[in-house]
Amino acid sequence: MTDIMEKKTCLYDEHVALGALMQPFGGFIMPIQYTNIVDEHTAVRTDCGVFDVSHMGEVRITGVDAERYVNHIFTNDITDAPTGQIYYGMMLYPNGGTVDDLLVYKMGKDDFFLVINAANIDKDVAWMQQQAVGFDINLDHQSDQYGQLAVQGPQAEAVVEQVLGLPCKELKFYTTKTATVPDGFPSGQVIISRTGYTGEDGFEIYGSHDYIRECWRKLIQSGRCKPCGLGCRDTLRFEVGLPLYGDELSAYISPVMAGLSMFCKLDKPEFIGRDALIQQKTEGVAQKLVGIELEGKAIPRHGYPVLDAEGNTVGEVTTGYHCISVDKSVCMALVNSAVAKLGTALQVQIRKKTFRGVVVKKKFYDKHYKKYSSFASNEYTENKPHRG
Amino acid sequence: MSNYQSGLRYSESHEYVRVEGQFAYIGITDYAQHALGNIVYVDMPEVDDEVTAGEEFGAVESVKAASDLISPVSGTVVEINEALEDQPELLNQDAFENWIIKVQMSDPTELDELMDVEAYKAHCENA
Repeated sequence: MTDIMEKKTCLYDEHVALGALMQPFGGFIMPIQYTNIVDEHTAVRTDCGVFDVSHMGEVRITGVDAERYVNHIFTNDITDAPTGQIYYGMMLYPNGGTVDDLLVYKMGKDDFFLVINAANIDKDVAWMQQQAVGFDINLDHQSDQYGQLAVQGPQAEAVVEQVLGLPCKELKFYTTKTATVPDGFPSGQVIISRTGYTGEDGFEIYGSHDYIRECWRKLIQSGRCKPCGLGCRDTLRFEVGLPLYGDELSAYISPVMAGLSMFCKLDKPEFIGRDALIQQKTEGVAQKLVGIELEGKAIPRHGYPVLDAEGNTVGEVTTGYHCISVDKSVCMALVNSAVAKLGTALQVQIRKKTFRGVVVKKKFYDKHYKKYSSFASNEYTENKPHRG
Repeated sequence: MSNYQSGLRYSESHEYVRVEGQFAYIGITDYAQHALGNIVYVDMPEVDDEVTAGEEFGAVESVKAASDLISPVSGTVVEINEALEDQPELLNQDAFENWIIKVQMSDPTELDELMDVEAYKAHCENA
């Protein structure tokens, strides 16, 4: 038992009414599943699912130094970003370890909306405040003001337009806009973005608690969108190789170790952690994140030991599943760099037995984002999403 | 809702025992398979392995988590349910029909420590 009282999101009563299995996650009591993880996972891959992601944190940065400040704490480069553009990246400690991974929404001139992981909200906000000295900015912690939904899957665009009345067709991947609330919904400001954490096309919608509750009810009543819990959110993000803070990124695991260097713009003049990353790139890192595909059906779980062919411990599993979309036991693991090459034979210890495996790319299923031919491929890869 | 089957003995960790003479068929209860969700792997011992009452003899893996299997009785494994190697989902379909291991009991008095169906039902409902 824990003495810490988990927070409830604005949709808590809706989840309970649907009979969801509720468990603590990131300081909140969240729905893990409504029916079962496989059905919910499949709905997102083939049709449409809706997630309550109101536990995510939001921070608004405004003021004349907003751009300079965000560039200082953030690994990606937001210099002269067009309004509506979204960037994925990390906040780092000076030694290159990761404070959090986050999204930065450019809302307007001198106006940025930062979305951070639930479990890290207090730590992140304190960190951001510490780094704000000397910058003329206003840092507004808004996590309690927003509910958030993620509508994900190949039918997400049609569902959001037709059930919620929010025009979103024209939104390009990794862009955002503020929307006018249609008639029949509680009024207030709504932010919608073409983003997600599933590897499918989809949208994330931020609004007042009343508005998000009304959206949730309409989505569920429509029958066109399956309620999905955090259980399948994790299997979905894992399959397409997206990291989760606490598993694939941490105060120890830098973005270079995690293979996320493309979101760290080392050609920026400065950001916190830049020197450490340059050193890691130049001198190499002791451990790297890899994918491992296993023989057999046993499931590698977080923390299980990874062994080399001779049986020496060379790392540990960060996330593992029996992959739902491709029917294989696979994991991501942090291993010594000497055994991180593709094709290296490794073993994973699962309880008393060891299972043979091989290092593979840490993407076990292809993403199906809505891509536009007008999108330059360079731009696409550089902003490309990973979301925790 | 969960099914409960009379005539079986039950452990607090949600294994059941169906007794046939000196043999015990051990599996997980319907309540357990519900709680686990989609079962994707069953880690079983080998024939001739010894199992001990109260100790782990394998695991059942759902998508989300691994749960240890705790033996309700002591003895020697004489058979494993090989169908579960390729079709672990059989446990979701009918947990009582699909036992996991068959054990030749070394001390059948251990059965007295286990619950009957009424006590087990109360145990689940108070969980």
